Amino acid sequence: MSATERPRWDVDDIDTWGPEKHQLGATIPCAGNSEEFETGGWRSLTPYIDQAACTGCMLCYFYCPDASIIIENGKAAGIDLKHCKGCGICAKECPERAIAMKTEDKE
Amino acid sequence: MAGQDVTTLAVTGNEAVAEAMRQINPDVVCAYPITPQTEVVQLFAQMVADGTVDTEFVTVESEHSAMSAAIGSAAGGARTMTATSSQGFALMWELLYVAASYRLPIVMTTVNRALSGPINIHCDHSDTMGGRDTGWIQLYGENHQQAYDNCLQSVRIAEHMDVRTPTMHMYDGYVISGAIGPLVILEDEKVRDFIGPYRAVNSMLDIKNPVTVGPFDGLHGWYFEHKVAQNRAMDRAFDVIADVADEYAELTGRHYGLLEPYRLDDAEIAIVVVGSTAGTTRMVVDKLRARGVKAGMVRVRVFRPFPHAAYAKALEHVKVVGVMDRADSFGAQGGPIFLEIRAALYDSDPRPQVLPFIYGLGGRDIFPDNIEQAFAALEDAASSGKRVSTARRYLNLRED
Repeated sequence: MSATERPRWDVDDIDTWGPEKHQLGATIPCAGNSEEFETGGWRSLTPYIDQAACTGCMLCYFYCPDASIIIENGKAAGIDLKHCKGCGICAKECPERAIAMKTEDKE
Repeated sequence: MAGQDVTTLAVTGNEAVAEAMRQINPDVVCAYPITPQTEVVQLFAQMVADGTVDTEFVTVESEHSAMSAAIGSAAGGARTMTATSSQGFALMWELLYVAASYRLPIVMTTVNRALSGPINIHCDHSDTMGGRDTGWIQLYGENHQQAYDNCLQSVRIAEHMDVRTPTMHMYDGYVISGAIGPLVILEDEKVRDFIGPYRAVNSMLDIKNPVTVGPFDGLHGWYFEHKVAQNRAMDRAFDVIADVADEYAELTGRHYGLLEPYRLDDAEIAIVVVGSTAGTTRMVVDKLRARGVKAGMVRVRVFRPFPHAAYAKALEHVKVVGVMDRADSFGAQGGPIFLEIRAALYDSDPRPQVLPFIYGLGGRDIFPDNIEQAFAALEDAASSGKRVSTARRYLNLRED
């Protein structure tokens, strides 16, 4: 079932839910919704990609625990910052050292 | 059994429960053998091998795995049962809380046996009394018939949508599990009609409606609300247990309350007791009554949820209540049942005295004389007109 077909579990006001409103046994009645949980706020260091150095080996893509490497034309083109936790695995695994972990520039 | 109205068998307590399980015909049984429960699992495994049940029987390498597999099975939408005792129950520990918090209606037979150490295989209630806060419903049986009856009723209680909480039912190791006693069984079709079809909720095997069972709840934190929901289900279980008992009485003529008073209406002294010792206590009550002593008794049937209001109502007119615990709560004021009864009577006016008795640990025999000694202590306290010490009284202990 694709994400668009999936019925959405309406949890907009879950902060106000008392004991009766939750599903029995804390079950989540809607699968595959972890992408709605944005973990980017956990990040202290941010991966920066040197696109000229990227050979498209895809190791960063496969190692990323949060599926946050954006691939375009076979190369690492960017990071999904809504979900990247800044773990640094991509930088560690890149054989070309094309990814560097840096303090994020915040305006 | 079809075509006969009543069949009385001479069976062990374990055979009685294996027979109940055959009639329930659960989808899945995950179990590991342990004395004195072994016979239940062994007999049921034979039924599976003989094809007299349709159950998928999962042989596991430990009780930790037995309860883990039961949780997976129940989350998958299957009617699931298991059985254990003592150390096996202890090894299930962390999973007992998981089964209860996932609200999976697993039914478990637990044959009461002492916990090590010193290592001991005989009857006491340390195992399940220690598990009283796991979130499971607990029914305690007195004899073979109740082992069978409670097993069948546990299915209905656990699966009721107002409750949806795992349920364990108990009977005394050896005294009931291994000794032979009378059992009246229902016809298979009547059991099938009584328990009804299983209704799965949020089944993991319903691929059209995928769900996540057991998610992490430590970031935003609704754990507190889920715990309160569990406790509300316990509150609702009182009515469900009573209704199931009423329906069962219509079917069998055997009625069970949340608690079972005996000669209590005009009693001045009374003993609260659980398990097979209730039978001995009843006999002692009759003996004392013949002597003109206003003695009474309450047998504990449902311990979780604990029907505190019903106990207060049943016991508030009694002068001195003795509570006999076959388990201790080390460092507490008394045993587990004592603590509940004493708390339940706190708002009564006048407030009965409640005294703790400990007996039978590690299978120590309990004789009618010992129970008479307990009643004598209650009589002394009642006639003294004073509040007496609430230090533990030990029955049949070797004193130094």
